[in-house]
Amino acid sequence: MNVEERDLVIIGGGPAGLAAAVSAWEAGCRDILLVERDRVLGGILNQCIHDGFGLHTFKEALSGPEYAARYIEKLRRTGVEVREQTMVLRLGKDRTLQLASRGSYRTIRARGVLLAMGCRERPRGAISIPGTRPSGVFTAGAAQHLMNLENIMVGNRVCILGSGDIGLIMARRMTLEGASVAGVFEILPYSSGLPRNIQQCLNDYDIPLHLGTTVQKIHGSRRLEGVTVAQVGPDRCPVEGSERYVPCDTLLLSVGLIPENELSRDASIFLDPRTNGPLVNSRFMTRVPGIFACGNVLHVHDLVDYVSQEAEEAGRCAAAWIDSSESCGEDSLPVLPGEGVRYTLPQKVSSSRDTVLSLRVTAPCRNRSVVVRSSGGKIIARKSLVRLHPAEMIRIPLEAKGLSGISQLEVALG
Amino acid sequence: MSLREYTCVVCPNGCPLTITCSDDDPPRVESVEGHLCPRGIRWARQEVEAPQRTIASSVLVRGGEIPLASVRTDRPIPLEKIPEVMQAIHKLVLSAPLALGDVVLQGAGGTECSIIVTRAVGAATRNEEGVA
Repeated sequence: MNVEERDLVIIGGGPAGLAAAVSAWEAGCRDILLVERDRVLGGILNQCIHDGFGLHTFKEALSGPEYAARYIEKLRRTGVEVREQTMVLRLGKDRTLQLASRGSYRTIRARGVLLAMGCRERPRGAISIPGTRPSGVFTAGAAQHLMNLENIMVGNRVCILGSGDIGLIMARRMTLEGASVAGVFEILPYSSGLPRNIQQCLNDYDIPLHLGTTVQKIHGSRRLEGVTVAQVGPDRCPVEGSERYVPCDTLLLSVGLIPENELSRDASIFLDPRTNGPLVNSRFMTRVPGIFACGNVLHVHDLVDYVSQEAEEAGRCAAAWIDSSESCGEDSLPVLPGEGVRYTLPQKVSSSRDTVLSLRVTAPCRNRSVVVRSSGGKIIARKSLVRLHPAEMIRIPLEAKGLSGISQLEVALG
Repeated sequence: MSLREYTCVVCPNGCPLTITCSDDDPPRVESVEGHLCPRGIRWARQEVEAPQRTIASSVLVRGGEIPLASVRTDRPIPLEKIPEVMQAIHKLVLSAPLALGDVVLQGAGGTECSIIVTRAVGAATRNEEGVA
């Protein structure tokens, strides 16, 4: 079988793959193939028709498709080869890829591979709601796709489980299209959506948000007929006697996102159980030499602007590695999450390179600092914040010059 | 007089604001507490006295490579005008091809805003028409 040789193959043409392709080209890499399984580039942005994208990057509130178009336009001015409707079936740790598209199957051996496959939604099975299995239960993003791209109205009387941003956005979207949204139910004592979305998607339309409440049972045989909701105690288990029945024909699930790492597992890439994405160093290289990762496949982001920034850096690093086989494996400084911090990324940094640490906290709080300390207790960096929320990513710049002679870092709330 | 609680959305600080409003219609802001900077007061005034929103939707396209084109208002509109603007958007049927930024309706729902296309839609090839 013929094996095609390429310098850089980027898997995924969403916001991460687009930004990485442009920056790798600008960094001098002249043989880049971008592989996208959908008909068109843009990824999830195509179905996110609401505005609010690009406030950091473009200082404008764009819709998802407009944000994607800006990067697609940049990409068209490069010589990056794009293959749509093509799927990578396998990735080996020797950086060979098996690609399938209509009427063709090919093998590529790449000097560098950049993973930008994004993430997918947690489905009903992941949260084990008891009851029957009628139609009418959708993940919020699937409903968004059907309504915004396929012109299919998914239901009339809607309950939403989970208060992530996609669920909130869909509460507004379905209301504007004539459905009635009975309520949003969130098992946690706080919402995991942005305050702006609580205001503009729920409060504007008098849609109630029930915190500390979950869907306990699903009813209906062919089509969903209703759900039983119940309040939960501190152990997150339903409180007896608090159950009530809410009639509805549609239940949307907005209960979290999982980085899509089947290909990474194939390639024996080590995944961090905290992020569910590859473990990377400060150059966004995974434990497998020459394989890089960025965007939601690496860790789930809150804002697309941060995805683009991260991907631009990852694209530059991939280009530099291909160009010089610059060693990326020498980052030796592990970064560990401490008290109040759920994860940090990258998981290893270098004392010869400036890095931006991304992290999330475990619970909401106000007026606290995030402190980066050496194993000896020396404070390397500190960021004071008024509002800290698990739904919002925090970024802290680390200067290389402060890291010499240090063997390990810990990031914790101060 | 009435008290309203809001989370300020101007910056990531997300200040919890307590706003005292008059009983006029529309209400007027009498005082604001909980803000860390003057932008919080400006935002509270705007939000209570004349809230504005940008609205997005999808519109049917005839002869396009995809069945819907996404659209939005080109500027924020008064919150209370959303039903009228959505009604005007619902009546639209567009024809491919459409370019990003095309204005497909001016003065929607009696406001100053225009409805603009936010995703280019090419004309269908013969194959795709069969599917649609």
